[in-house]
This record gives sequence, structure tokens and C-alpha cells, in this order.
Amino acid sequence: MITTTGLTKVYRSRGRDVTALDGVDLHVREGEVFGVVGRSGAGKSSLIRCVNLLERPTSGTVVVDGRDLTALAGRGPRAGAELRRARSRIGMVFQHFNLLSSRTVQGNVELPLEILGLPGRERARKARELLGLVGLADHARSWPAQLSGGQKQRVGIARALAGDPGVLLSDEATSALDPETTRSVLALLRDLNRQLGLTVLLITHEMDVVKTVCDSAALMRDGKVAESGTVSGLLATPGSELARELFPLGGATPAGEAETGKETVRERTVVDVTFHGESTGRPLISQLSRAQGVDVSILGAAMDTIGGRQVGRMRIELPGRREDNAVPIGFLRERGLTVEFPEAAGAARAPETPETPETVEKTR
Amino acid sequence: MTWPEMQPILLQGTVDTLYMVGWSTLVTVLGGLPLGVLLVLTDRGGLLANRAVNKAVGTVVNVGRSLPFIILVVALIPFTRVVVGTSIGPTAAVVPLSIGAIPFFARLVETAVREVDHGLVEAVLSMGGGTGTVVLKALLPQALPSLVAGLTTTVITLVGYSAMAGAVGAEGLGSKAITYGYQRFETGFMLATVVVLLALVTAVQLLGDGAVRLLSRRERAT
Repeated sequence: MITTTGLTKVYRSRGRDVTALDGVDLHVREGEVFGVVGRSGAGKSSLIRCVNLLERPTSGTVVVDGRDLTALAGRGPRAGAELRRARSRIGMVFQHFNLLSSRTVQGNVELPLEILGLPGRERARKARELLGLVGLADHARSWPAQLSGGQKQRVGIARALAGDPGVLLSDEATSALDPETTRSVLALLRDLNRQLGLTVLLITHEMDVVKTVCDSAALMRDGKVAESGTVSGLLATPGSELARELFPLGGATPAGEAETGKETVRERTVVDVTFHGESTGRPLISQLSRAQGVDVSILGAAMDTIGGRQVGRMRIELPGRREDNAVPIGFLRERGLTVEFPEAAGAARAPETPETPETVEKTR
Repeated sequence: MTWPEMQPILLQGTVDTLYMVGWSTLVTVLGGLPLGVLLVLTDRGGLLANRAVNKAVGTVVNVGRSLPFIILVVALIPFTRVVVGTSIGPTAAVVPLSIGAIPFFARLVETAVREVDHGLVEAVLSMGGGTGTVVLKALLPQALPSLVAGLTTTVITLVGYSAMAGAVGAEGLGSKAITYGYQRFETGFMLATVVVLLALVTAVQLLGDGAVRLLSRRERAT
């Protein structure tokens, strides 16, 4: 539904080139909710604005619903009639809602219909229908200033749906909302996705958003897509950074760090285990302990439902070096679990975490 | 001078002043509003970003703003004659009054429009709106309270300018004050014109403030 190929955006600021997007290839399938996550400055915002060409990509193409929008753009900075028509079929919601305070709620929803040239009575009917869809039928005559943040975003969503779009772009739509309102707005997006078959591309910095609504996700870093795939696929990928961030394992820092300069630390191996699919239901850790005769310490564990599937993650500690533990690790891998060694990531992070005696205490 | 003597003169002066200020306000809005919007649109990062046009319009506005009004009135006499056919009288005064106030109002429009959140522009563009839609549906309606406040200031400035124009042949309260109050030493009359002008300015300000309050009520909750 949305395909970007080699999308690059370079801004010139004070004579210096800043690369916001560096060859982004993204594929969003029809009817899915696709989340792009990343820190601020990673290029998420430029990416979503390039999809409806609010920002002109420096190079690369954007195809939405089979139409190459970059070809419609023309050379000048202004949007031609064809691009404007294509934009009216792509809804967009914003972090700060961007409602006109000079119009009532209904007036705001009617605005895109005015742009489409619908007659007045038709506009009013459609606007009321959309407000009903987002649960704000009673607020048609209110002013945006009278609404709560969640209600404002619902108006924003109703407005974005006015042109019967096939695609909805969501630019940090829940970032200005409290957790409870975030949940209800996400649930609304999920419903619209299912009811209307709407394809949703959302950008966010909140992993919870991905966890709650997304079918697929991509992680952006320095203008590039570092990882992407379906959420369940990512969780089953060893070493996936997105999976680790979606499902962090609490405060237990990898024990590998504690070894330096501490003679009292005994040798041990810390392992992160991910259970997915049917393995979530089986008592594998106690089987491991019995079959291999190893003492397993559990450092942290969590269960969650991601993309409608049960997933469990556990950080365990095995006695002995990593080399000594090949058999128990093999045992777990054979049974369909994803096994990772957090030391590797821990070592890379080491300079950021000063190794004070307290952190060592906490580790144990 | 007795009150019955003053009354018709004051009345005539007030009518002329209102005539001059009224027409020049209309011309000022017609000229200053597009100019102010153009200043915002052609600025860097604007929808019609164009350095040359922005610089040119900005320079014209700055020159207009820095000329003392009394000089402008005199300098424009030949131009006024071409447009109105005469350089004397309230109709002739409308020309320099408008030309003096257009740059002033344009700057106020620019400030008001610039304050509109860029997110709203983005929203209208994302719906498929063009530049005209952005201006008419988002920028101007959103800036309306500030625009009305700016217009109030402009009208009051025009009342002041019209008194100055009175010194060089326009009619109105300013010219009456000079002829009767200053040249004939009628302190009583001078005071009376001051009172009328004060009432006029106060009425405009109250009216403007009321309109702004009414317009910005929707922007506050409840």
C-alpha cells in the first residue's frame, strides 16, 4: 500500500548538509498497522512527511496505493492539482492535533470536505457521521478549546477520515496524551483499521504503541531503517534490537560487567530466553534443570501479549562460563526458544554504566 | 465663541473626519491585508518562498513606514491630483491617508498571520488544500482576533493622521482645530475638538476591544 524506495532527504542548514533520511526502503502492506520507532532525530518525522510529500524527498520514490506520488510532485515547491488530489486520499493526524480554533468541531471535520468541493448539506451529513464513528456525536457544536486532549485527537481522526482515505498517517498521535487516553485512541485506530480496512502508518517513540496496535514495525536510526518486519517475526529473531526494546527485561544488568576487577565474582553465564508460540505453555526451565542437572537462577521475567500473541521473556543465569554451557543452551534452542547472550550488548554499553560497587550488588 | 457657534463647526468637522477615516480604512484593509499576507508567504520557508519579492515588498513597506506622514502628504500632492482631480478636501485626503496607513497595517497583518501555528498550515496541505485554501481557511480565520486588534490600532492612527492632513488642506476636526482654536486663539474651541477626538478614539478602541473579545471567546474553554 505504501512503498518507499531509496528515500533520501537532505536539508541544507547554514551551508551544511544534514541527512535526515538516508536511503529508506519501507513496505507497508494493505490493511496493516505499521509502526516506525526511533529516537528523536532518527528521521521518523521526515519519513512520514515524505509519504504525502509535505516534504519533498531529495531522491527516491514514494508509491501509495499504486500511484507514484514523487512523479506527481513536479519540480517547484508548490503542489500541483494531481498531488493535492492524491493527498486528499491520505489522511493524517498530528501530535498536537492541529485543529482550527476558529471553527467548531463539526467545522473542522467539514474542512477537508470543503476542499473536496462537497455541497454544504452533504458536508454536514458526512461530518456528523464521522463524528459518530469516533464517538463524538454530541460535540459537533463544541469549540476545540472545550475538548480534552483525547477528544481533540478523535476530532483529528474524524477529520483525517473525511476524504475516505485508504491510508492514514499518524505523526506521534498519542505522544501528547496520558496513558489511559493513549490506550483509547489506539483502540480507536485499531478499530478503524479493522472496520474500514484502513492501512495505518504511524511514527512514535513509545514502544507501548507498537506493542498495542502494530502488526509490523521498523526501527530507525540515523536516517536509516535498522530493522523491520512483522512484530512476531522480530520477536523470534535472535539479537533483534526492536524485540529487546519491545520487551525489556527489567533492571538486571548483564553479569559479565561485574567480572572486571572483582575477584569475588564467580563465573557464570547470563542468558536471555524468548518464548513464543506454543513454547510459552511448557515448563522448559524446570525440564532443563532436571535433564541437565544445572541450577538455574531467574534474574528477570515477563509475559505479554504482542500483536495478539503470547510472548514470554526471561533472563536466567547458569553456573560456569559460556563455553561450559553449550549443552543446556542447545537444549533450549532445540525446543524452539530464542537464546541470546546479553553480555555482547552489555559490553558495548559498558562505558555508559559506571561500575560502582552498588551496581554489582544489584546485579546479584 | 459660544456653544451654538461651535456646534455646527464641530459637527461638520466630525462628519469630515469620519468620512476620511472611513474610506481610508477601507482602502488600507484592501491594500495592507494582501501585502501583509504576501510578506509571510514569500518569507523563507513560506508557501511561496521568494527572496526577491519578499525583499522588494519589505523595502517598500519600510520606506512607507519611515516617512513622516506630514512629508508624505505634501510629497503625494501631484499623485493625489491625478487620482482625485484635486489635492484639497476630504476626498483628496483619503489618498495620502491610505498610502500612509497601508505599510503600517501590512506589518501588523504580517505579525498576526505569522503567529498562526505552522501545524495548521501542514494540516490543510495534508488534506489536499492549496495556498489559497491555506490563506482563506486557516491563516486569516485563525489570525482574525489579532487582525481586528491591528485594525483598531490602524483606525486610531488614521484619526491622528487625518488631523495632520487637516493642516494641509483636508477638512475635518484637525483643520477646524487649527483654523479656529490655534489661529483665532479660541481655547474653548480647541478644548472642544480635543474632547470630540478623545470620544472618537475611545469609541473606536472600545468597539475594537469588544470585537476582539467576542472573536477570541471561542479560543478559551467554556
